[in-house]
Amino acid sequence: MRSGIISLIAVLFGLLAGAVLMAVTGHSPLAGYTYLFEGGLKNPERIGNTLATATPLIFTGLSVAFAFRTGLFNIGAAGQMLFGGFLASAAGLSFDLPKPLLLLVMVIAGFVGGALWAVIPGILKARYNVHEVVSTIMMNWIAYWTVYYAVPAYFKGEFLETESKLLPDAATLKIPFLTDLFGGSYINLGLFLAVIAVIVFAFIINRTTLGYELKAVGLNRQAAEYAGIAVNRSIVLSMIIAGGLAGLGGVAEYAGNAANIQIGILPSQGFDGIAVALLGANTPVGVLLSALFFGLLYSGRGFMNAMTEIPPEIANSIIAIIIYFAAASILIERLVRWLVRRRAAGSESGPSAERKVE
Amino acid sequence: MDYAVEMLGIRKEFPGIVANDDITLCLKRGEVHALLGENGAGKSTLMGILFGMYQADRGLVKVNGKEVRIGNPNVATKLGIGMVHQHFKLVSTFTVTENIILGSETRKGFVLDVKTASRRIEELSQRYGLNVDPYAKIEDISVGMQQRVEILKMLYRDAEVLILDEPTAVLTPQEILDLGVIMRNLIQEGKSIILITHKLKEIKANAHRCTVIRRGRTIGTVDVAATSELAMAEMMVGRQVTFKVDKKPAVPGAVVLEVDSLSVKNNKKCLALSDFSLQVRAGEIVGIAGVDGNGQSELVEAIAGLRKPESGTVRLKGEEITAMSVRGRIQRGIGHIPEDRQKRGLVLDYSIAENMVLEVYHREPHSRRGILNKLAIKQYAERIIASFDVRSGQGAASIVRSLSGGNQQKAIIGREIELNPDLLIAVQPTRGLDVGSIEYIHKRLIEQRDKGKAVLLISLELDEILNLSDRIAVVNQGERVGIVEASETDENEIGMLMAGVKAEGGEGA
Repeated sequence: MRSGIISLIAVLFGLLAGAVLMAVTGHSPLAGYTYLFEGGLKNPERIGNTLATATPLIFTGLSVAFAFRTGLFNIGAAGQMLFGGFLASAAGLSFDLPKPLLLLVMVIAGFVGGALWAVIPGILKARYNVHEVVSTIMMNWIAYWTVYYAVPAYFKGEFLETESKLLPDAATLKIPFLTDLFGGSYINLGLFLAVIAVIVFAFIINRTTLGYELKAVGLNRQAAEYAGIAVNRSIVLSMIIAGGLAGLGGVAEYAGNAANIQIGILPSQGFDGIAVALLGANTPVGVLLSALFFGLLYSGRGFMNAMTEIPPEIANSIIAIIIYFAAASILIERLVRWLVRRRAAGSESGPSAERKVE
Repeated sequence: MDYAVEMLGIRKEFPGIVANDDITLCLKRGEVHALLGENGAGKSTLMGILFGMYQADRGLVKVNGKEVRIGNPNVATKLGIGMVHQHFKLVSTFTVTENIILGSETRKGFVLDVKTASRRIEELSQRYGLNVDPYAKIEDISVGMQQRVEILKMLYRDAEVLILDEPTAVLTPQEILDLGVIMRNLIQEGKSIILITHKLKEIKANAHRCTVIRRGRTIGTVDVAATSELAMAEMMVGRQVTFKVDKKPAVPGAVVLEVDSLSVKNNKKCLALSDFSLQVRAGEIVGIAGVDGNGQSELVEAIAGLRKPESGTVRLKGEEITAMSVRGRIQRGIGHIPEDRQKRGLVLDYSIAENMVLEVYHREPHSRRGILNKLAIKQYAERIIASFDVRSGQGAASIVRSLSGGNQQKAIIGREIELNPDLLIAVQPTRGLDVGSIEYIHKRLIEQRDKGKAVLLISLELDEILNLSDRIAVVNQGERVGIVEASETDENEIGMLMAGVKAEGGEGA
């Protein structure tokens, strides 16, 4: 509740700072924001695209948040997403199955790919106390170069060396019903998968013994050990779930928003996931909302750029400023407390000073 | 009257709890003034207000007769108020001098001038009889010495009023006596001291006056010389208390715990416990006496499964458990009140309810097929809260971090006794608790014994060991130097053994 207010204030400050930036560079903030939000929400197609842009961010945000709730810092969502997406694409290109079955196989492949990429840092952490920040970052580059080699070698596209073959219709999360509903947008089933992931995340963290164990290990490893919780197993399991979530983000991106996988790119959603989790205060619903907001900014900035002279970097700057404010939540908390106290002091003379009761 | 500090009508509220309600405390110049109260009575809050960590909702603070507003600890320092916290705030790889000048470094141009500072520290140290080497590293000196460094830190900053928060909790009996001498020296030089404690003996020995608070209210300020320990205890608790523990003779049954020639290494990879053997029977309390750091922690951790022994065996009710998992041991009937409640015993950011099921969350009715039953957990926790009088702002939903230390401890003890273990390991079960709580916890431990459970008690308080135990094993440098019947021994004999003088003809375990 309180963190929700802090996030909202961070967003507000970010937007205000963006307005100042626009004004300073000689543009109208009102026009800028009008086009930015119109770009994301003007018609069904744009709304669909906003939702689709947000989908991988929901997954990577959940991935980072899940790890964080259990005391781990997963910087490797990018690599997990890339490798999960790669395994899913490989499955989609290799098997000839009916669409529902093939999609199921691809989703499982995506989860396994992401989990595989995260389980290695998990084991290193549990057994040898290797810090996961270092090992997950290095795994990012292993994923990058693995895909860089494997795609041209096994799944080369028809025209370009730098991307895989297009996925057949049976292997994509896009379905005509959704595409038509949103006026030709690239929105796809990934969104539903993401909503399910949000619900499962909330359920695991809040209602299960597994979530209880994982959180206990994250909050106080020694107390968890004392209570007989298998600490090392929890760390590995937590990384598997976090990695799997990021891997699903890869499925949504490469088999939903796009129809193939490109080499030489570490998906930016991996790192944006950290910001999404931070702004969402590491809660499942918070992650969902903040991912949607980021999706809106990302999909609207092109329209703003086209309609005004405002450079798209402004949108990126707004996002960066919001992240700073979200990270500096203590400052915002102090500000809120200061404001509350000032108001309380102001009304002290009034009749509502019930605190004075003995 | 010449008062150094006056706190008048202080009130402080936290969400759901009134910590201080119209408390008045007046410290005369040149006196040792004890602040006595149960855990959660509001002592820490009151001192926090004086030291600028909290702001009072109402009331006045005067220093040297002038009204002041202490917004943060820096203001307190400027006003000549210094505090030695229960947990020292020292950098262990720095020298004594470096620690003392940290934050107010003396300089020669751009260069740190350690020499001048060291000289001044040596001077202060001599004047007050502290006997501290300014060039020693913190990690190389004893806990008692570290405490003196904390005192020096305040003197270096010209503190006139010294607040000592539970200063004897970490000291050996000899160090406690030394501290008394130091306090007298400080008084002679015109300093004033507020001594927070709930050890009545120490108040009697060191303090001139004593202010007693209970549940956030001042009960009264008394002249220590004219008031008996019992009278002060009654003021604090609000009812009659007994110091002597009532207990029937033990009726030992079958062997529950059998430790056989156990050797355990510590974190520094040195042998902390060597060839240690001990038996604890059903229906008896076996105490382990020893100066802190003589292998007690390692012994407990090896029995609880938190540390792998190098050699030797541990048996529970005849079954070997030397290599068993922690959970396996808990399920077979080991309860463990750990030494460090915040580090090991509790997940501070979990609620009381969540902490109460830390070992049993996976069993019915607390969960079924991996799904938690929050209602059952809440009811379980409420039962423990009620029967162990754990006080908190919001009942079972309170975050444990917000509880006072004593209530945290009561919660842990309640949790472990609720497990109904065949073997209860109690490490420093009453550390930092007040007379009322100590009395209560001692009763519960003896109750466990009388129910036919085995209790292994590890404590640094000799009184506690002597009062509760049926048999006493003494450790020195990781070895069992003696084992004696509690009824046939006294403080002197145990003290000798603790110091490493071997007992003659000590009977086998």
